[in-house]
Amino acid sequence: MSANTSNGIRLSRRRFLQVLAGAAGALVVGVRFAEAGEPPLPPEWLGNDFHDLGAYVRIDSEGNVLIGARDPDTGTGVATALPMILADELDADWNRVSVVHLGLGVEAGNDGHPLWTYGRQRGGTGDSIPAAWADLRLAGALARWLITQAAARRLGIAADRLRCEAGTVIAPDGRRVTYGSLVDDASKLDLPTHAPAPKPPQRYTLIGKPVGDVDAHAIVTGQAKYAIDHHEAEALVAVLSHCPWPDGSLASIDTAPALAVKGVVKVLQLKPEADQPPGHTVIAPAVAVLAESTWAALQGRDRLKLEWKPGPSAAENSAALEQQATALLDSQSAPTTRVRDDGDVEKASKYAAIRVEATYYQPWLAHACAEPMNCLVRIDKDKASLVVPTQSPQQACAVVQRLTGIAPESIAIRVPRVGGGYGRRLDHDYVAEAVLLAKAANKPVRLLWTRGEDFTHDYYRPASVHKINAVIDHKRNLAGWNQRIASASALAGRGVPADRLWSSEVSADQLPAGLVPNFRSDWYAQQSALPRGPHRAMPHLANAFAAESFIDEIAHQLREDPMKTRLRLLGEPRSITLQGGGTLDTGRLRNVLQLVADRIDWKDWLHSVNGLGIACWHMDGAYVAHAIETSLQNDKLGIERVVCAVDVGRVINPLGLEGQVAGATLDALSTALNLAITTRDGKVQQHDWKAYPLASMAQLPNSVETIIVPDDGRPPAGASFLAMPTAAPALANSVFRVSAVRVRRLPLMREFLRLS
Amino acid sequence: MAPAQAHGTPAVPESGITPVAVRSGIAVEINGERFVHTGDPQMPLLWYLRDVLWLTGTKYGGEHGENGADLVLVDGKPVSAIGQPMNRLADKRITTVEGLAANDGTLHPLQQAFIDEDAIGCGYCTPGWLIAGVALLKRKPHPDDSDIDQLPNSCRCGVQTRVRAAIKRAAAGKAGPA
Ligand code: FES
Repeated sequence: MSANTSNGIRLSRRRFLQVLAGAAGALVVGVRFAEAGEPPLPPEWLGNDFHDLGAYVRIDSEGNVLIGARDPDTGTGVATALPMILADELDADWNRVSVVHLGLGVEAGNDGHPLWTYGRQRGGTGDSIPAAWADLRLAGALARWLITQAAARRLGIAADRLRCEAGTVIAPDGRRVTYGSLVDDASKLDLPTHAPAPKPPQRYTLIGKPVGDVDAHAIVTGQAKYAIDHHEAEALVAVLSHCPWPDGSLASIDTAPALAVKGVVKVLQLKPEADQPPGHTVIAPAVAVLAESTWAALQGRDRLKLEWKPGPSAAENSAALEQQATALLDSQSAPTTRVRDDGDVEKASKYAAIRVEATYYQPWLAHACAEPMNCLVRIDKDKASLVVPTQSPQQACAVVQRLTGIAPESIAIRVPRVGGGYGRRLDHDYVAEAVLLAKAANKPVRLLWTRGEDFTHDYYRPASVHKINAVIDHKRNLAGWNQRIASASALAGRGVPADRLWSSEVSADQLPAGLVPNFRSDWYAQQSALPRGPHRAMPHLANAFAAESFIDEIAHQLREDPMKTRLRLLGEPRSITLQGGGTLDTGRLRNVLQLVADRIDWKDWLHSVNGLGIACWHMDGAYVAHAIETSLQNDKLGIERVVCAVDVGRVINPLGLEGQVAGATLDALSTALNLAITTRDGKVQQHDWKAYPLASMAQLPNSVETIIVPDDGRPPAGASFLAMPTAAPALANSVFRVSAVRVRRLPLMREFLRLS
Repeated sequence: MAPAQAHGTPAVPESGITPVAVRSGIAVEINGERFVHTGDPQMPLLWYLRDVLWLTGTKYGGEHGENGADLVLVDGKPVSAIGQPMNRLADKRITTVEGLAANDGTLHPLQQAFIDEDAIGCGYCTPGWLIAGVALLKRKPHPDDSDIDQLPNSCRCGVQTRVRAAIKRAAAGKAGPA
């Protein structure tokens, strides 16, 4: 049986809406990413190997619907939301839908570059839904069109008089035909010349309805297999001991006691390769113990006698870096980059009625993924297969290709559900390690990072110091805002030009940019040897804490209700063009702010025994606000209520969105309350959960009251970390109300105890 | 496979092959099934479950089990599986997340409540919450907020409020093991 690829509708130069002909007894429809004239579809697509399906839908003759979710699901719910979009267009019966987590879709390209069959495949970056929204609807609409055409022929009724509902085509006279009985006919029809139009939003049946996580049953019964749960009978388990310094080296090693452990097979060394960007090679020198079981490998590692020689980074410590940053901001030196300069801040300063100044300190952060770094890899002569917890299987593939020379189309990468990502798994140092070890040992390897390695060898969120000066004019308006930020860019060493290194540290459009006539934002580069990388809601997490705390401080100086200060600042509802593209709709921002204020009874702000705090933010076309109520009893701080409102445009799965909002809120509170990574003599001090204590159940609020602004036909914006930035400032602002302690340094709990 | 002594002492066969001696080991009951661990008696239960039995619902969270991902029930009490060497578990009754549902697949009310409340982020920590929650409901079928506050688990994805709701939902319905 040969695949017919001519059956496609061109959507763009390299995207085709396609029907897979000859898919025995099934209708398979999808969007295919390819250059024209690409090789035929792999024969596996015709069989039962659903993993090779793509961002596609397959309807079999029994009426079962299988949908592939292309982006890794790190807990963001995309494996539920993406298939919902397609299923709705198809008018499928959601109870008959199964979802598969797709592995990497890669084929040989004509020019030596790989072809990514499913287009982008990336998770946990907050853009999965916006990126797939149009294509998934088109694929669903085409499948429904074909089924309806087949039904029209069978029933002898014009297709436009038929309607579809939950996997059934219904005629005006009440006759019903199931999708399953139509797929054979439908798969043989000629395609329309243009892609059939997707449904009007009024006809959505699934989009906008609450749907539980597709993996929920597997997860609660312990059947869900993460990468770490995969085994291969022949594989050796590898456990590592990394050098505490990325630029250190091995001074001495005695492997004998490790090798004496029953089950230990080999001890191997790993070294970072020169001139490789972060994430493409080993993060630090390491010694690996390979054994027949995890227990043997762990015992072997504990018996290794290692001495590491420090590199230049051993001179670094986080407290000194912070002092350096403060000194830099206090000096009159020119910034590394002037990110934005509206109006004339110097001139505005001359006419100041009130000046406000504050400095905020935020620590290094780890990713602390629940599932530690791990990777199962098998390398045969000219092919490789991996199971990887990754946010970017294409990046993982590139690392394997570079280290093995194996062609991308011969590298199979499976990505089961991932136990958290938050940006950590956009880097693939652990994949590089597993591949190097499998090559050296000539055996499949199952690499496991212990928690200590995970905490001490992360790509951290850099610490930052923010110093902000504001000028209030005689009309009590905010006339000038001059913010200066010092940090070690997370993009340094990643091939990003020097004049763009600021972009991981500050956004040109972040509040209150665009709202203050004289606005300046300067960034000062710091040097650090600590590996750094993308982190959840970066750079907004750190910047919102500083800016939204500072607006509260301005309100305090003005002796004004901070809600009123914010509303005055936002002004009339209007659209402001952003420098980075898109617009800021101040009406939508006002709306989320007002919603949380109303819900938390903000009118009691002045007289409430408890403290009320508020904050708002916008990012990537979405809007968020938090209002938080804290209490203080016998010096014990308690979070009594948390309200969060979000406006993300069209909502695909409100239940999933609520989960993301509550989850990001709690994560941000946990981070703000307790978490910091510190270094001394170049070494990360936190080795376990005790030293990096995520908030306990008791520390966190009993509920997060979530308000979702009803969408009004705007396309969906990303939402997985939207609720991160405003939680910490709303908390700090409420703590100020209840205790008169202004916390300008995170983590909050430690600082609060120090100051109160 | 039936051990040799079940049939009494077999006669030495004519061929001269002597029967293999019965392997001694540590007998444990896991989710209602009997197992004999014949490896290193110091091996922690976590690695026995995950590496030997390939029963991977119980997760590795850290060297000391502080985040609760590796909780299991030993004789009904929640304990961290990485802190339990096999030689302390002889003849103990162990329940992992895989053993919470009834044999016919009926979920424990708390498992069902987790689904109903969508109390799932990445889901990696979920088995640990379930074990801790099931133990709590057994001890106290109608726990209040301060009881729930005592749960030892942590979660980076922020499922705590939804877990709280799920425990209350399970308590309001049918509490205790299915
Ligand atoms: S759900 Fe991801 S750590 Fe809890």
